[in-house]
Order: sequence, then structure tokens, then C-alpha cells
Amino acid sequence: MYEFDWSSIPGALPFLWEGMKVTLVITVQAVLIGIVWGTLLAMMRLSPIKALSWFAAGYVNLFRAVPLVMVLLWFFLIVPEFVGQLFNIPRGTDMRLSSAMAGFALFESAYYSEIIRAGIQSVPKGQISAASALGMTYSQAMRLVVLPQAFRNMVPLLLTQGIILFQDTSLVYVSALADFFGAAYKVGDRDGRLVEMLLFAGAVYFVICFSASLLVKRLQKKYSTA
Amino acid sequence: MIKITNVSKHYGDFKVLTDCTTSVSKGEVIVVCGPSGSGKSTLIKCVNGLEPFQAGEIFVDGTSVGDPKTNLSKLRAKVGMVFQNFELFPHMSITQNLAIAQVKVLGRSQEEAMDKGLKLLDRVGLKAQAAKFPGQLSGGQQQRVAIARALAMDPICMLFDEPTSALDPEMVNEVLDVMTELAHEGMTMMCVTHEMGFAKRVADRVIFMDQGRIVEDDSKEEFFANPRSERAQQFLAKILHH
Repeated sequence: MYEFDWSSIPGALPFLWEGMKVTLVITVQAVLIGIVWGTLLAMMRLSPIKALSWFAAGYVNLFRAVPLVMVLLWFFLIVPEFVGQLFNIPRGTDMRLSSAMAGFALFESAYYSEIIRAGIQSVPKGQISAASALGMTYSQAMRLVVLPQAFRNMVPLLLTQGIILFQDTSLVYVSALADFFGAAYKVGDRDGRLVEMLLFAGAVYFVICFSASLLVKRLQKKYSTA
Repeated sequence: MIKITNVSKHYGDFKVLTDCTTSVSKGEVIVVCGPSGSGKSTLIKCVNGLEPFQAGEIFVDGTSVGDPKTNLSKLRAKVGMVFQNFELFPHMSITQNLAIAQVKVLGRSQEEAMDKGLKLLDRVGLKAQAAKFPGQLSGGQQQRVAIARALAMDPICMLFDEPTSALDPEMVNEVLDVMTELAHEGMTMMCVTHEMGFAKRVADRVIFMDQGRIVEDDSKEEFFANPRSERAQQFLAKILHH
């Protein structure tokens, strides 16, 4: 029978917190960039200009058809080479965090753009007509009338996608970057207490994600009754 | 003011409008009626370019609507439009609904726009609702706000696209009253509506459409007394029975 020994956890907490910071940084910036770039992609996709629409469709389909781990590996292995040459960054500079951040942001944008596209399409067409009839240009109608309503409808979905993203950040282990999961793994391996540490890390993920999704549910209820 | 000449529109093989010609002079009130699917809403939406058309010409205040060089946004800012489903902006308060286009399109100051909005709100009898949101108002109230919103742009003419069709019967009159008052003040109006009582009281001319064609275009006296086409006779017989 395996004997659990949790005694190494308290001492590991500062190191784990460092990892959690990496996880949060990647999550937050990917959500923010994902929403901004995703909104632009969604607007391109819905635009009457064929070239923009095709570009956005191609982008979204490409990223949605490739596993996230692979995208992260590309960004980890290939991109730093090019960027390093381009900006004259000395070889061997640690670019793991920036490549991971770029990979996540570009990957998540594809998913966010689909959520946002659905949100834009959920706003009745008459709203654009009304805005246009008042003399607004297409971009004014989008900015002032359609997008604010679309985002209000989308808040729960955007947050849920953020929770999924928070979990997916653990995939940065492919680049040996010490996010929360990576930090737990390293510490557990060092102390010979891998099982306990990973169970503990799992519990932390569960508590954070589960309470976050409860919050989203409450928010959803509040919005739907408002 | 509005001049429609040989306008035709089709979706693929399906003809929505065929060779429509009519005009509206300054201060005139025109009622456009006809069975559903006759193209009357489409025609009125062509006037401010919300619907494109393939053939013919429409001039509003001397500007060609179909000309690709025309700045449609600029033209639309001068033409007020009221929709069947009100289309107030649900995420803005009533005052914001009234002010936003004045500020963003006409470049008026926030205070000036608010002022004007409140005055118009008072005129349609809804000053007390200024701080509310559209969802808190009845249909009739929403439509009156929508009319005030269009008037806030100081339009040279107003288009009404079935403004009372989505309303409960007891709210129809409050909206028609506002429209009647507007007509008496000399506003140029083109109204798609089934309200024949309104047409009889207020209209100068009545246009009857069927299957995308303008079948009758007459003074209201002539139209109601002796409609020439069989289709209009049937339509009137049915609609005036109630």
C-alpha cells in the first residue's frame, strides 16, 4: 500500500506560486489578445470584402484543425529562430515564455473569433438598419450598436473559454516552462513525492476552475433575468 | 423631394420590384399600401438605400441614391426612418438613444443633443421615461421614441415602414396621433401602412402595390371612391370591412 506523505507541500508553496504567476500571465494575456484579435477576425469574416473574409476563414480553420500542443511546439522550436534573426537577439536567449504567450494568443484568437462571430450574428439585423438609417457608417454601427450588444450576450461564453484556456496552459510543459503544473512536477520529482504533488496541483486546478464556472453560471442567470 | 423612376429589383429570378415610378413633393404625405409581399417595404427601403436596386433611379433632395459615388450615410442622416420593430438600441437609455446619432453623425455637443432629445421626447409625451431603457417601455412608447429619435436628426423627410404593425391594437392610436401631428406640421412623409383610417384622414395620395408593381397612384379621394384596378378593389373590400 502506497503511503501518502504531504509534508513536502508547504515548503514548495513559494515555488508553486511562481509557477501560478506564469500560468496567470499566459492566461490573461491570451484572453485579452484573443478577444481583441478575435473580434477583428470575426469582423473580417463577416465583411463583404472577399479577401478579408477568406483570410479570416483560413486563419480560423487552420488553427482549429491543428492540436494546440503542436502549435506550441512550432512556436517553441521554429519561431524563436526567425524572430531571433530578425531582431538580432543573441542565440540561447530564453524566449520560452514569449513563444508560449504568442502561441496561445494566436491559437485562442481562432476560438474567440468564432464565439464573437456568433455573438455579432445574434444581434438582430434591424439594429444595423436602424443605425444606418440614422446616418451611421458601417464601422460606427458596429462599434456603437452591434458590438456592445454582442459582447453583453457573449460574456459567459468568453469567460468559459478563459477557464478552458487556464487549464490548457499546462501544455507549456512541452517547452519545459515552469507554469503551475510544470512547477508542481519539478518539485514533486525533486522530492520524490510526484504523486502527492500532482494530486495537490490537480485539486488547485479543480477548485479554481470549478468556482470560476460557478461564478459564470451566476453571472449568466443575472444577465438572463435582467 | 423624392423621385422614383423605373425602379426594378430582383433576387435571382424573383422580381421584387418591377418598373416602379412615383414621386413625393415637399410637404406631401403619401401612404403606400398593398397585400403582404407586394414590395411596399422594399420600395421604401430603396429610398434611403437600405435595399439596393438593380435598375432605375431614385433621387432624394436632388441626390441619386443608386449612384455608387453617393455618400449614403450622409444622405440617410437627412432622411428619417421608422421601422416596424422600433429598433431602439436596447443597451442605451432613452436619452442616449436620442442623442447618439446627433453626436456621432451630426457632431453636435452632448448637451445640445440631450436638450434636443428631451424636447422631442416631451413632444411625443414621454419626457417622464427619459432615464429608462427601451425594454421597460410598451411597444407604443418605444415606437414614439423611435419617431423622436428620427426627428432629432432634423430630417427633410420621414419614411415609415409599417410603424403600427407590431403593436397591440390599443397602442396603435398613440403612434398614429404622433404621425398625424407631424403631417399637419408639414413634414414630407412616405408611410407604408395598412391603417386606412390614417390614410383617409392624413394622406394626400395613396399608392397601391401588388406583386412588385405600383398599380394605383392617386389622390386619396380618388383611391377610396373608385379604385381602378380589380386588385385594389378586392383589397379595399377586405380591409375596410372591419
